[in-house]
Amino acid sequence: MSHYEEQMFGRAFDGRVVKRFLTFLRPHRAAMAVAIGSVLIFTATQVSIPLVIRSAIDNALVGESQDRALVHILALGFAAVIAINYAANFGQEIIVGRIAERVLIALRRAMFEHLQVVSLSFMDRTEVGRLMSRLQGDVNAMQEFLETSVFAIGDLVLLVGIVVVLLVLDLDLGLLTLSVVPVLLVVRIVWLPRAREAFLRARETNSIANGALAEGIHGVRTVQGMIRESVNYDLYDDLAANNLRAHLRATKFAQVMVPIVDLLTGSAMAIVVVVGGAMVLDDTLDLGVMVAFLFYVQRFFDPIRSLTMQYSVMQRAMASGHRAFEVMDVPVDIDDKSDAVSLESCEGSIEFRNVTFGYYPDQPVLKNVSFRVKPGETVALVGPTGSGKTSTISLVHRFYEVGDGQVIVGGHDVRDATQTSLGRMVSMVLQEPFLFTGTVFDNIRYSTADATPDDVERAARAVGAHDFIVKLPDGYETELDQRGGNLSLGQRQLISFARAIVADTPILVLDEATANIDSYTEMLIQNALATLLEGRTGMVIAHRLATIRNADRIIVLQDGEIIETGTHTELLAQEGLYARLYSLNYASFDDIPDNLISKASHAAAAT
Amino acid sequence: MAARYGVPDRLRRGLGPFAKTDDDSRGGVEFKVLMRIARLNLRHPWRVLIAVSTTVIAALFQLMIPQFLGDAVDHAHGFLAGGSEEDAKAALFTAAALLLGVSALRGLFTMLHNYFGESVGHCIASRLRMDFYRHLQRLSFSFFDRVHTGELITRGMLDLEGVRMFFNTGLVRVVLLATLIGIGSYLLLSADLVLGLLSLSFVPFVAWRSSAARLKLRWMWLLLQDRMAVLTQVMEENLGGIRVVRAFAAQIHEMRKFDDSSLKALALAYQRVGIRVRNTTVMTFAYFLAMGLVLWVGGLRVLEGEITVGTLAEFLAFMTILQMPVRQLGMMVNSFARASICGGRFFEVLDLKPRVQDRPGAEELVIREGVLRFEDVDFAFADDESAHKALSGISFEAGPGQTIGIVGPPGSGKSTIAHLIPRFYDVTGGRITIDGRDIRDVTLESLRRAVGVVQQDSFLFTASIENNVAYGDPWAVDERIARANRDAQLHEYVGRLPMGYQTLVGERGVSLSGGQRQRLSIARSIMLEPAILVFDDSTASIDAATEQRIRAATKDLTEKRVTIVISHRLSSLMHADEILFIEEGRIVERGRHDELVAAGGRYKDLYELQIRPGEDSVIRFADRDAPKKGT
Ligand SMILES: Nc1ncnc2c1ncn2[C@@H]1O[C@H](COP(=O)(O)OP(=O)(O)OP(=O)(O)O)[C@@H](O)[C@H]1O
Ligand SMILES: Nc1ncnc2c1ncn2[C@@H]1O[C@H](COP(=O)(O)OP(=O)(O)OP(=O)(O)O)[C@@H](O)[C@H]1O
Ligand SMILES: [Mg+2]
Repeated sequence: MSHYEEQMFGRAFDGRVVKRFLTFLRPHRAAMAVAIGSVLIFTATQVSIPLVIRSAIDNALVGESQDRALVHILALGFAAVIAINYAANFGQEIIVGRIAERVLIALRRAMFEHLQVVSLSFMDRTEVGRLMSRLQGDVNAMQEFLETSVFAIGDLVLLVGIVVVLLVLDLDLGLLTLSVVPVLLVVRIVWLPRAREAFLRARETNSIANGALAEGIHGVRTVQGMIRESVNYDLYDDLAANNLRAHLRATKFAQVMVPIVDLLTGSAMAIVVVVGGAMVLDDTLDLGVMVAFLFYVQRFFDPIRSLTMQYSVMQRAMASGHRAFEVMDVPVDIDDKSDAVSLESCEGSIEFRNVTFGYYPDQPVLKNVSFRVKPGETVALVGPTGSGKTSTISLVHRFYEVGDGQVIVGGHDVRDATQTSLGRMVSMVLQEPFLFTGTVFDNIRYSTADATPDDVERAARAVGAHDFIVKLPDGYETELDQRGGNLSLGQRQLISFARAIVADTPILVLDEATANIDSYTEMLIQNALATLLEGRTGMVIAHRLATIRNADRIIVLQDGEIIETGTHTELLAQEGLYARLYSLNYASFDDIPDNLISKASHAAAAT
Repeated sequence: MAARYGVPDRLRRGLGPFAKTDDDSRGGVEFKVLMRIARLNLRHPWRVLIAVSTTVIAALFQLMIPQFLGDAVDHAHGFLAGGSEEDAKAALFTAAALLLGVSALRGLFTMLHNYFGESVGHCIASRLRMDFYRHLQRLSFSFFDRVHTGELITRGMLDLEGVRMFFNTGLVRVVLLATLIGIGSYLLLSADLVLGLLSLSFVPFVAWRSSAARLKLRWMWLLLQDRMAVLTQVMEENLGGIRVVRAFAAQIHEMRKFDDSSLKALALAYQRVGIRVRNTTVMTFAYFLAMGLVLWVGGLRVLEGEITVGTLAEFLAFMTILQMPVRQLGMMVNSFARASICGGRFFEVLDLKPRVQDRPGAEELVIREGVLRFEDVDFAFADDESAHKALSGISFEAGPGQTIGIVGPPGSGKSTIAHLIPRFYDVTGGRITIDGRDIRDVTLESLRRAVGVVQQDSFLFTASIENNVAYGDPWAVDERIARANRDAQLHEYVGRLPMGYQTLVGERGVSLSGGQRQRLSIARSIMLEPAILVFDDSTASIDAATEQRIRAATKDLTEKRVTIVISHRLSSLMHADEILFIEEGRIVERGRHDELVAAGGRYKDLYELQIRPGEDSVIRFADRDAPKKGT
């Protein structure tokens, strides 16, 4: 499970993260200024409330200065202060709350948009679940941070405000009261690293357990088929138990600060009572000031307490921000050149010139492959499994960058063309049909926005999907389940086939587009395609050789090298790999030339 | 079919079997959910007890603070000390010591209450998490057909959080607030009725506001969860289908889908922020207003000589204590709303009964001979009577060593037959027996152990090749794994890999070629050596030569077992003891290869097409098709 382990960053404040984050705030500069203004006003009113109380006590209630009118005036003053407080509070919260939502959406959008252009080799290596956990979990963690960050700022300002007021009210008593603060700092220095470690551990175990849950759900059909439930449950039990332990530990660490802060609050109050009280008795301090001090002391530790809590939120947000920006920093290896040309009006030719390619540098999958497909020609790629057929056509669409040599489409190296125009030039039916949640119609049309219902139906008819589609409960409007689960695999394949036809591009690439389809349906498709592909260029991969024998030319791949090429008849005459595969597939077993295989199949037939 | 764009309607509607009933009317349900969470919490009675009692104690200590403060002020003012400075100083010391002690104790108990409060949540969350996992693994295929996996993951992660936090941020806080306000009001009202009433005047208002907000927030949460689910789905499918997106250069289309659903979520989030902010701010305002009244009226009464300055300070200090809880009241309300929504969604999954279950008293399946029989089997995916039948009247029998071949056009029901044998779905008519026993009478576990299905679109796990092959039997010895790999013709490829069997297979096997994926899933099924082996089109991406080699290698295995081969490649089936030609869920032709060829039906046409796809057969097919279309 170690691959679920997430690299975590324990810094509560990461300058780079903050800086990048600020770029997302930039569009909201004006609103932010208003918000900060509101925070300041809000804090000022918070600080002034005890002052009003103080002046009520000192100027109106105690001693000779008893004054009813002043009480009324001060009550009015108090009312004014809380009205302002209300307005400022409302302003700060609503502005910040809304900016937070906007920023999060912008952040998530930027990540998502970037993922649309990062290379497929990155996507191959990265689990969808982990990306999703960044797109959702981490972005949400930042939401919590953003929403509380105003309060954090407010709390900080409040702290400063209180310190200033205390010192102004009475310097000596103020200093004495504040003397407990350094103790807090020392405690925190001891506490922090341990707590941080505990928090990180909790988060890590969480993401591991969630990863396991996600995989359990995705693979549930296999799990049930292989009765793995109890093993998986035991494995998960461990993860959940670890997670629980880590959380309980983190909770402990989060809570130990509470009594300490309370103890310090108590000490500060005791100092005020003893020292301040003595000063009042000596008449060197007004009673109101003492009361104000008591209020401030109570209020002083509130922000400290919530800053303590906020610390873990902030730390999580930094880690999350880091993970979010990491997604945006995945290098885009495959990018349009600045002077990339559009393939718009080019002819549909494909050429491979000495192409060498591998997914890992030292393991070439294609070795020095060269061929040319003329416009209008259909070429079939044939070869044993793992010989590099799918890899070859992936290069046509520039899913990956060649190691050596050139892939030329429409007369231009694919690296010199814009990717969008390449997409308009080549459409593909992939080996695994992937359908989106949505209606059958939406799936067939997909991104070809200007396709009409007629176009969609014509494509569906061409691939023989129309008949079964109209039998579905709502015809073309039938909703598909996730990945088209309520269709048979062959039906899914037909729909993804139709999708490629609607795209109406000069080049059509089919990767085992009819592997899960019977020969009869396939023949119907081929007849229809014969007219559809008129004037188009085709590249076809198939294992059933009946599928490809109609191709103009056949290229036989083995271990990433082209070993034969020619028409069906030519290749049969050569009696090479193609001829052998062909006989295996379709002739009766007696015809199989290969010694070993004929023995094997005899044995099999005998069972 | 009007021109539409953006997010398909389906995404906007409720998801799968969780049709959303709108909920404000379901107060009873809400209460039930909260009660259920509360009951779950009670499974940790000691922790709950400690959490609640320490909460009360912490609140009591906190309530003492204002009194001591008030006393201190009065001592300092010199009223109660009767003028003697010595006495006053001593009294101040006592007050200070008491304040210190009480603060420390309050801190200690607050720590305990928070720790135990949180820990109750974590404990039940851990339990629920495991229940959820176990339950999901048991739910039937028909459930997973309809529910998006992203939705389930959201429920298992986010909704669980809502349930977890309910105890500490909801229930315990009620106790805290009740104690603070209850005992506080008693103290205050007995100290001074008028001031007491004034200082508590904000409580009814806040209570009213928060219950109104709770309803709104509840509704918001429901909607927001839904919209987030849509957004999740859009992102997840985009990433899962990234090759399709790239192949069609559909980035712009996808971004539009994203924007559409994310702006919808934003609009709702705006509303939510509005509701929340309006509430918390107006509550704070009410609180301050009450404080102002206390100051005003109290001030006047001090002047009248009815109360002391200390009493006034005490009232004000008491109100300061209430400031935090008032702020927290909003959170508490949110916690209630969230817990009832999240709990509802979470328990909904937990309460689903798996369609396919062991019947009471089910026994182990013991394979004596290993004869598989389908007796007039009917099957429909949907429940209602009128539903289109995926299979009707399927009957066949196969004994050990026999092979049944199944062929037919896409969507004819071949995979469905395969899925019925291990009871991924239950038949709706007729029965399936193994050695004469209805498979519904034996335990699922023993049945599935006896049946191995190599599924058409197999799922590979993000794990090493070794762990993928040994998935069904993680205790298997290395030789068995190696053997299965050899039989599935995978060993040569694995041998070339630098990390060999430890090579990591990427998500769903992206780093393998199609044929390698299929061979891997063949390997993991044959390793279990089940009594009945089903290959569901599992060699479509494997070239014929490799397939022949697999068949030869597994000969020993298949000799003693029932094998069912579904394939479009007739060379894979032609040696079968019986071949079934399925069309629209019925067997339309059956027999051995030569019989079927001799009979001259559809099978023969298909066969001809595969050996020599000439013009004549095309015409014959077209002829046959013509009248059918007319009907
Ligand atoms: N994304 C990838 N990352 C790493 N290796 C890969 C990846 N895709 C394919 N390979 C490896 O490259 C080789 C060629 O694979 P490719 O998919 O091109 O074969 P193929 O000829 O299409 O086979 P099949 O007929 O089985 O689909 C295989 O050995 C495979 O394991
Ligand atoms: N989960 C499901 N929910 C509803 N309908 C389904 C579901 N799975 C399949 N169907 C429908 O049942 C019918 C039979 O499907 P099945 O998968 O058995 O076909 P198949 O013969 O295996 O086809 P293929 O050759 O394409 O694999 C099809 O019409 C299909 O649309
Ligand atoms: Mg199928």
